[in-house]
Amino acid sequence: MMRSVPYPVVSVRNLSKAYPLRTWWGGKGDVFRAVHDVSFDIAPGETLGLVGESGSGKSTIGRAVTMLNPPTSGTVAFEGTDLATLSPRALRRARSRIQTVFQDPYAALNPRMSVGAYVAEAFRLHRPDMGAAERRAAVAHLFERVGLDPAFMGRFPHQFSGGQRQRICIARAIALKPSFIVADEPIAALDVSIQAQVVNLLQDLQADLGLSYLFISHDLRMVRYLCQRVAVLWRGRIVELAESDRLYEDPRHPYTRRLLAAVPLPDPEAERARLSARARDDLADGLPGDLVEVAPGHWVADP
Amino acid sequence: MSQPLLDVRDLRVTFDTEGGTVHAVNGVSYALNEGETLGVVGESGSGKSVHVLAMLGLIPRPPGRIAGGQVLFRGRDLLALPERELRRVRGGEIGFVFQDPMSSLNPGMTVAAQIVEPLRIHLGLDRRAARARARELLDLVRIPNAAGRLDQYPHEFSGGQRQRVMIAIGLACRPKLLIADEATTALDVTVQAEIIALVQELKRELGMAIIWITHDLGVVAGISDTVQVMYAGRILERGPVDDIFRDPRNAYTLGLLRSLPDLSGGRAGRRRLQQIDGSPPDMRRPPAGDPFAPRNAYATARCRAEMPPLVQAEGAAPGHLVAAWYDLPARLAEERAR
Repeated sequence: MMRSVPYPVVSVRNLSKAYPLRTWWGGKGDVFRAVHDVSFDIAPGETLGLVGESGSGKSTIGRAVTMLNPPTSGTVAFEGTDLATLSPRALRRARSRIQTVFQDPYAALNPRMSVGAYVAEAFRLHRPDMGAAERRAAVAHLFERVGLDPAFMGRFPHQFSGGQRQRICIARAIALKPSFIVADEPIAALDVSIQAQVVNLLQDLQADLGLSYLFISHDLRMVRYLCQRVAVLWRGRIVELAESDRLYEDPRHPYTRRLLAAVPLPDPEAERARLSARARDDLADGLPGDLVEVAPGHWVADP
Repeated sequence: MSQPLLDVRDLRVTFDTEGGTVHAVNGVSYALNEGETLGVVGESGSGKSVHVLAMLGLIPRPPGRIAGGQVLFRGRDLLALPERELRRVRGGEIGFVFQDPMSSLNPGMTVAAQIVEPLRIHLGLDRRAARARARELLDLVRIPNAAGRLDQYPHEFSGGQRQRVMIAIGLACRPKLLIADEATTALDVTVQAEIIALVQELKRELGMAIIWITHDLGVVAGISDTVQVMYAGRILERGPVDDIFRDPRNAYTLGLLRSLPDLSGGRAGRRRLQQIDGSPPDMRRPPAGDPFAPRNAYATARCRAEMPPLVQAEGAAPGHLVAAWYDLPARLAEERAR
């Protein structure tokens, strides 16, 4: 299913993540299925968007594909190898090529570590062969690459703005030359005037380094702009997956339609018309069914 | 013209910090009419939130300080009112809803108690009547099974429902003015859509004026009569919503509009996002001139030296005001000609 690309960088099959629910007396209860039976591929150089509301399982998938929080069942293959079959040492090596950029750069940074040392840490952990001078030069180069003055390497996180902190996190994420980055709401905490800077940087890095992204976001306009394909998540399952323009222009699943219809338009006339045209949708309750290919590359869940 | 509902005159707010005095609001003046919806946009540090908190007497003093100005609400200066009288206005004639419902609601009080309290204080209702009204309000904000949920605590509600409860409290006393500061920012887009539809409906019913503070230009486009763009504690542009979006006269407004992804045409032809380079100024040392000048490609020497006044934009709709020494439409026309 969804083998739209010949050699995916990341191939996720039947991924599920369940959490046991405890009853108040501590006895065994049911399980909560945060993510259920999710499959997708990401091609080299591709950006796959993952959208859905809070609680839909977006971030759970992001953490499962990087093995930060491994799935309960299902497989995640990275460059052809099932991550679950790797030895701890091999997994560590593979992980250096899979990175994550989070929403809150301040929480990701260590407040007591200079930002230069934070970026250099990637080399200290994964490249013990590197000497101090070589490491320093590499970090300076990364700073330039993400648009920061290397003269700021000795400063601490609180001395930077939100956008600059996100650049620092991106510098660390690309330090070990990854081929795949999970970007989990990377612009949600940034001001509008700074969001475009970070999105442009992500695109430049993709073009230069051939990166693939899993772009998790609730900003549906930015997702359409940035992603080749988009997967819509609802109640822990993918309900629709398609090439992005196609998904936005011809949404088939009632949930996708509801989601897209709720996006405000930055045009007064169009937005007023949208507000006055709001209609009830026909979204059924219950869990979404399996995906069916309704057109080449366009998958929709059985309602 | 009759007296405006709210008349803000040269409001100035500062905060004393270890690193020096932060000049958060630097001479903000505007008027809001009854029933008018004002959308306020700007980034963090623009003064958009601080200026409303200051009006409501909600900034901690110290370190905050009202360094000057007046805020006339129905003719009375809120800044000069004793706290006891201000408390009567706040939550009464002026309702407010802030971003984070969990920190605005009291986790140790039932929802009923939190809605009933302002009703008893402001409207003088007895316990029974206030409780009945609280139920109506939860119905109004579409909380299912309102009667059964009155005696629940905030943690028993979902994020979207808590924000609705906050809106219910904001609307409890049928305010003349509702102030919403990023009230839907943390919510899912479908929940945001429901809340906005609800506020629009209530506005029609109650005829209240609204100040809606957000960074979301889409939300602003749909609900505002007037848009006000703030930066570094000042108003850089303000005017009728259609005119601001169609014919922006300040480079910052233009930058905000252009930084949105353009989705016209197919993927292949899509242009790179137009970013605004640089960062906002350090408000401990506000620049002498136009605060946006360091990030503005159209800035002139005069922009860097002297703050432009907020005046009627030439050839724009009446009431479309701009603070800019440069002529943006002329500069854009030159660019297109090149």
